[in-house]
Amino acid sequence: MSDLTRLTIAEARDRLRAKELTSVELTEACLGAIEAAGPLNAVSAGTPEKAREMAAAADARLAAEGDAAPSLCGIPLGIKDLFCTEGVASQAASNILSDFKPQYESTVTQRLWDRGAVMVGKLNMDEFAMGSSNETSCYGPVVNPWRAKGSNRDLTPGGSSGGSAAAVAADLCLGATGTDTGGSIRQPAAFTGIVGVKPTYGRCSRWGIVAFASSLDQAGPMAKTVRDAAIMLEGMAGFDPKDSTSAELAVPDFEAMLTGDIRGKRIGLPAEYRMEGMPADIEALWAKGADMLRDAGAEIIDISLPHTKYALPAYYVIAPAEASSNLARYDGVRFGRRAALGAGDGITDLYEKSRAEGFGSEVQRRVMMGAFVLSAGYYDAYYLRAQKVRTLIKRDFEQAFEKVDAILTPATPSAAFGLGEMADADPVKMYLNDVFTVTVNLAGLPGVSVPAGIDHDGLPLGLQLIGKPWGEAEMLDIAYAMERAAGFDARPDRWW
Amino acid sequence: MSIDKATAARVAHLARIRVDEGDLDRIASELSGILDWVEQLAEVDVEGVEPMTSVTPMVLRRREDAVTDGGIRERVLANAPATREGFFAVPKVVE
Repeated sequence: MSDLTRLTIAEARDRLRAKELTSVELTEACLGAIEAAGPLNAVSAGTPEKAREMAAAADARLAAEGDAAPSLCGIPLGIKDLFCTEGVASQAASNILSDFKPQYESTVTQRLWDRGAVMVGKLNMDEFAMGSSNETSCYGPVVNPWRAKGSNRDLTPGGSSGGSAAAVAADLCLGATGTDTGGSIRQPAAFTGIVGVKPTYGRCSRWGIVAFASSLDQAGPMAKTVRDAAIMLEGMAGFDPKDSTSAELAVPDFEAMLTGDIRGKRIGLPAEYRMEGMPADIEALWAKGADMLRDAGAEIIDISLPHTKYALPAYYVIAPAEASSNLARYDGVRFGRRAALGAGDGITDLYEKSRAEGFGSEVQRRVMMGAFVLSAGYYDAYYLRAQKVRTLIKRDFEQAFEKVDAILTPATPSAAFGLGEMADADPVKMYLNDVFTVTVNLAGLPGVSVPAGIDHDGLPLGLQLIGKPWGEAEMLDIAYAMERAAGFDARPDRWW
Repeated sequence: MSIDKATAARVAHLARIRVDEGDLDRIASELSGILDWVEQLAEVDVEGVEPMTSVTPMVLRRREDAVTDGGIRERVLANAPATREGFFAVPKVVE
């Protein structure tokens, strides 16, 4: 196996510009790694021909533009199946979109291609991004490249961006796009020892990304290092008139703003994130993270986010409500799967049978939950109340950010768990995976998961930093300081 | 809040998802379990709190009311499961 795929985006960029490497070589190395990684099931649709064409074009651009070529020029990336990519299967890991080939390109991916990035394939995920273990995918679960010490058991890479996380952790591509509605970038990043960024709501255009819960969804980068995530975020972000909630703000040069100097920064530790029954490894990692930031010159301040415990229940009203509305478009008429109809079946049969066949059980559950909380007689008690609680959760953060510059929390309540382990559990148990990440979506804030240690089984653990609205640059700088202090350099042993 | 079988059937119909009679009990019990957990929102004092409508303080942009796209019927129909004479085709809806 070629070592080229182990390069970071920053290293590859420098070698491409120095003519020590071509994008074609780098891309071939990634395609080879993908070919050899079947057991991970991370890639839902490889695009080798497209990748080779894009790599050749990137090499031509590098030859013409030299150091002026964009940082992402010639860099092989994987794309979550939730992003529409023109002429390339894009089905949100759902059977209801089987054979769907978009006639258009999502804004985020178009921005990446405009910068010369190379698409190596579409990546597996939970169906419609609804899940925390990648087990709701119509392609079957992704397997985490990491295994516990002395065990052959298959672990989840997390979800919903599990294919993206596994592909980056296993060096199948140099970076990947993800999306995060309640933790879907940060939780899988933590489970696979990589960096994942959920930007401020409105930073990245949602246009052309299959919608789950529109007031919560944000695209973001998943990469090996904070620097790589900064490079990717700059490529993905920016105003888009096609998304009415896209922010008309300049995109900073996030990479140039990584100084690692966090002296005088105030970092909050929220008391409410100290959950009962939290594993000792997580608790110890959180304390170690605070120590690392303190040693780097930051001031650690205890804060309170009083409505934290209500965030998940509010989310499981708001997100299904929005999903039930967004997923109404899958009707078996305009695109996607249509069920075979019997004699005399009418239009309602067409809708109901197509949706019953096309949606998996978790998606069906959430669409029905959403229909219920929005239905006459229950709207005020559930939906309206949840939106009021959401206001309070956002207010908690606004008050905290009067005293601190960023907030440090664990990324997840555990390390990666076994595939199938939650099969018989109550759905709520799976939902608890997002307990530390979901507040950030409800408040529209940026968050980043940084690999910071390994647990007693040798599995990676992540810490989360939460930044102020539009404060990605400052948040990433603190993450960069923490990454350097943590010196996380473990990698999974190749078994696949 | 406990959801009974009849409510589960009504919700499935609202969601336009065909559910077998035999699955209604399971669905009712799953939805009830989630709602029981959501019920803790009732503890929160929301007196005088405005429901969130926009997570970032932004005013929706306006644009000129003008045609910006169109004339791409073939591309619009490209992914349709059934088409006829340039239209989406569905089972007969009017007798």
